[in-house]
Amino acid sequence: MSCRVGVVRFPGTNCEFDTVDAIRSLDGEAEVLWHGEPSLKNVDAIVIPGGFAHGDYLRCGAIAKFSPIMESINSFAKAGGPVLGICNGFQVLTEAELLPGALQKNAGMKFLCSMQQIEFVSTSNVLGRQAQAGDRLLIPINHFEGNYVCSPQVLNQLEEENRIVFRYTDNPNGSMADIAGICNTEGNVVGMMPHPERATSPLLGSTDGTTLIKSLLIT
Amino acid sequence: MRFEVKVEVSPREGIANPEGSTIERALPALGFVTAGNVRVGKVIHLQVDADSAADAKSLVEDMCNRFLSNPVIEDALVEVLEG
Repeated sequence: MSCRVGVVRFPGTNCEFDTVDAIRSLDGEAEVLWHGEPSLKNVDAIVIPGGFAHGDYLRCGAIAKFSPIMESINSFAKAGGPVLGICNGFQVLTEAELLPGALQKNAGMKFLCSMQQIEFVSTSNVLGRQAQAGDRLLIPINHFEGNYVCSPQVLNQLEEENRIVFRYTDNPNGSMADIAGICNTEGNVVGMMPHPERATSPLLGSTDGTTLIKSLLIT
Repeated sequence: MRFEVKVEVSPREGIANPEGSTIERALPALGFVTAGNVRVGKVIHLQVDADSAADAKSLVEDMCNRFLSNPVIEDALVEVLEG
């Protein structure tokens, strides 16, 4: 039986259907889960896709953490369920304290929309099952608030526990330690600013995102 | 009693503030060459019911810790303006 992925939709989410299409193109099952319903409908994995959840009011992700579905996602994540936050989804995961740190405005104060090379640092997580450390991927970014920051203590901890999943090879946004994605201690919750669902077809300019989504579908 | 409260959310000292840095770089173009350490935050005004100004302050401080500010990157200053 193929993996069933729940793709969360908040008011203002705009990448849910791209994500669903990418998952289906890789033989996974996907369905959109409305943020106002606490049920996760017994899915095997959760993706919180990109967009502007709740208009990004106050701070990106700040209001999304109070959506009814988030309590269920919190329990699902704590029980070891795979959770991937992409772009705005990464911001939601930090605000919900499922991942440490925060994402602030890009250092150059520009909205960035470009193909970016990232390097796998740690593969001990739900995205790394088909990868090796040092693998380089071309995945597009599309964000204004992608500049990862955390305290020096948290950064040390991320490095010591091998929880930096991806680094940019050419840091576009001022992110601390070139961080493009991180995971929790157990490796089942991953947040990343680049959009793997937008790198799943030659027509999109890269197919490097497929290895990440396939890895998630193995769960 | 109803209290008018002002919350000042500012980027935490030591955390880069790209918005402030950009404004700082633009100021000299207008001749303001002595400005430095520009930091941009936000102000939130709200009213709350509480028994005293101290209670209003602690109520809003709780809101700040849990929602209005992100303690990872921001500091919040709560000021009770009038009751």
